[in-house]
Amino acid sequence: MRSVSAIILQRLGLGALTLVVVSLVIFCAVEMLPGDFAEAILGQGATPESVAAIREQLGLDKPVVQRYFSWLTSALQGDFGVSFARLNFATNFGTSTNTHQITVADQLAPRFMNTLFLAAVAACIAVPVSLAIGILAALYRNSIFDRVANVFTLTSISSPEFFVAYILILFLAVLNPLLPSLSNIYETMDFAERLKATLLPALVLTLVVTAHMMRMTRAAIINLLASPYIEMARLKGLSPLRVILFHALPNALAPIINVIALNLAYLVTGVVIVEVVFVYPGVGQLFVDSVKIRDMPLVQACCLIFAAAYVLLNLLADIMSIISNPRLRHPK
Amino acid sequence: MTYELNRRGFLRAGVAAGVAAATGTGMTPAFAAPKMGGTLRMGIAGANTSDSWDGRTHSDSFMIMMGHGTVFDCLTEVGADGKLKGELAESWEPSADAKTWTFNLRKGVTFHNGKPFNADDVIASLNLHTAEDAKSAAKPIVSSIAEMKKMNDHQIQLVLSAGNADFPFLLSDYHILMHPADAIEESIAKGIGTGGYMVENHDPGVRTIVKKYDNHYKTDACFFDSIEQIAINDSSARMNALMTGQVDAINRVDFKTEVLMKRNPNINIFEVTGNQHFTFPMLTGVEPYNSLEVRQALKLAFNRQELVDKILQGHGAIANDHPIGPANQYYHKDLAQTEYDPEKAKALLKKAGMEGLSVDLSAANAAFPGAVDAGQLLQASAKAAGIEIKLTQEPDDGYWSNVWLKKPWCACYWSGRATEDWMFSTAYESGVPWNDTGWENVRFQELLLLGRAELDTGKRESIYHEMQAICSAEGGTVVPMYANYVDAHSKKLANSGTIGNAWQMDGSRIAERWWFS
Repeated sequence: MRSVSAIILQRLGLGALTLVVVSLVIFCAVEMLPGDFAEAILGQGATPESVAAIREQLGLDKPVVQRYFSWLTSALQGDFGVSFARLNFATNFGTSTNTHQITVADQLAPRFMNTLFLAAVAACIAVPVSLAIGILAALYRNSIFDRVANVFTLTSISSPEFFVAYILILFLAVLNPLLPSLSNIYETMDFAERLKATLLPALVLTLVVTAHMMRMTRAAIINLLASPYIEMARLKGLSPLRVILFHALPNALAPIINVIALNLAYLVTGVVIVEVVFVYPGVGQLFVDSVKIRDMPLVQACCLIFAAAYVLLNLLADIMSIISNPRLRHPK
Repeated sequence: MTYELNRRGFLRAGVAAGVAAATGTGMTPAFAAPKMGGTLRMGIAGANTSDSWDGRTHSDSFMIMMGHGTVFDCLTEVGADGKLKGELAESWEPSADAKTWTFNLRKGVTFHNGKPFNADDVIASLNLHTAEDAKSAAKPIVSSIAEMKKMNDHQIQLVLSAGNADFPFLLSDYHILMHPADAIEESIAKGIGTGGYMVENHDPGVRTIVKKYDNHYKTDACFFDSIEQIAINDSSARMNALMTGQVDAINRVDFKTEVLMKRNPNINIFEVTGNQHFTFPMLTGVEPYNSLEVRQALKLAFNRQELVDKILQGHGAIANDHPIGPANQYYHKDLAQTEYDPEKAKALLKKAGMEGLSVDLSAANAAFPGAVDAGQLLQASAKAAGIEIKLTQEPDDGYWSNVWLKKPWCACYWSGRATEDWMFSTAYESGVPWNDTGWENVRFQELLLLGRAELDTGKRESIYHEMQAICSAEGGTVVPMYANYVDAHSKKLANSGTIGNAWQMDGSRIAERWWFS
């Protein structure tokens, strides 16, 4: 088992490096956008004096390199700072307030939980459904069912998310008022209400990720169906379903798990547009809001969450495929 | 829509037109007496993660609505009929030179934390805006206060550095909220005001919930038990939320899908023409805009009706190159309208020796929705006058810092101001920072100072009419159109029948003035 733990350690190290690179890229990207927080927040009222005052208070007048490294140093110590909006609000009092300053972490935590909830609901629908369709499509390949499933999932993955979202809103909220078009969930909601409010965005995400997982399942299984050991199983007289579930599927797991993990990561990171369309209070919406006002600490933290989700889920995928594959588990 | 009607009639007509269009049957049944109760849910655009209860920073509709009229109160209030009335101030009296103002404060008012409201609170709250290093957006409005005197617990005297007849009007500004003097920081952090509703939950950029404050002093307002205001910046999501009945009212109806919304029998679209106007300021210190003929020719090159029809989809009215709108007291409705006249523009340019004029116009949709399209329409209409307009589409980000006030000719918008003096002294007075044309006119400046200290209504009217005429004829800004405030609500909601046009959503006071029928 030495190899697995070594791989984990190595990958975690690489992951950490990726996060640093991501933070640098994002910092530069936001820096290159025209306007900064002071100009964005003041809008038409941006007189040179007030812009300069806000820049000075927030340290935006310091050189870019210095700002990045001071952010990096505190981020490495787990301190993601305070959002510009909050800091600007605090300085409006003239004196520093004794009240607890709300940090980026405080702001992000509830939003992140909401995003995870949405991703979890979507995953609970998408994973079983796409595996089932994939297996059935492999079982009845080239049948009408296989074709319809392929065309349908490919269509939904090829349409932009907001379009899928509006179509679902039209059919499930406007024409047939089954589900709410507004998913503004909040803390005091009970689980059933929350689930109902989250269902529509979760369905959109499901439609977007199903095709990938379903087609990989189908392809991986069909690929194996040509191998001699499957032929042997068939010659024994086993039913096609049993052949697929007990003989083909276990060997096809590695690629399937890989695709599932990638799509789970997408569920966490790809929600930006879906959250905006459904007014879902998750990280995605917070991210859009903070990019709009160039609130660097929040933008950075959101990006790190997205990047970390990818790194960790990819790592998980690799580990799972090692564990599911005896040849990788016991290397010579 | 015409301006033949007086201001109130105009508003009613606008509302009636909205109702008629929405129902197809004409006016809804007579407006019944207000009923108490219910939870008003609104989907409001203009929210930010930076939203707080600090009135000094309020700039967009979400907090403007939640601030004055919901959780907080101002000293004065612009009523739905456009007239000024007392809110926390009961009455006021100017000295003969309009320099010293005595305000009598309402008695028996308490803040949400139980503290009684008195003169100290007013002084402390005004101090937030007048202090030397104050970063308040309302600083220019109240900077003329030279001295604040507490006469007794319910009377204060404000001495201005120069006479200002509109001073009580200025105190209705949504930035100038009244906070409890002994707990200003707490009040700003938690939202403790004297308004008809108390804050229950405020999640910036997500939603705000308030519930009725039982000890509120207004007896004829605040009819809801609670209000849930949800931040919906995405316009399709906002329209959908109202269509599917998840909210009872929304602001900023999307003109593109408004037709679809009208078909829904449960929804009313209501619109008012206020002072919001779209402008094209020219820097009058820069060639060729320093030539009066060029400015006039460009004004004649605008096909205003086409812009109203195509850019505002009819939700607006043509304007006359000055910033005073139908919601202002001294709006000059009889002023000769500048019409599209390419021949006259050509003649003017010939006179100035500027034939074949070529100018640059910078625009971005950050200036106003459709500004770039408006620039293209203008390109075509100006061609007939022999003017070539080179249109540059600027990035939305940083537009106000990099283009406005910097590029010689650009697109811009103003939400307008409640008083003539306030509007003119914000953007047209010589030397003020937001004078976006750098225009200076001796007579205009003289009238501005005269009007400010004049208390006689008749004289003020003639002063402000003349100023509008000068501005229209010689000013550096093309003001082609007023943009309506277009909002929508479910028919479950009712109102008095007169809708304020100072801001969107009934002067941003829907929480106080409306009820469930």
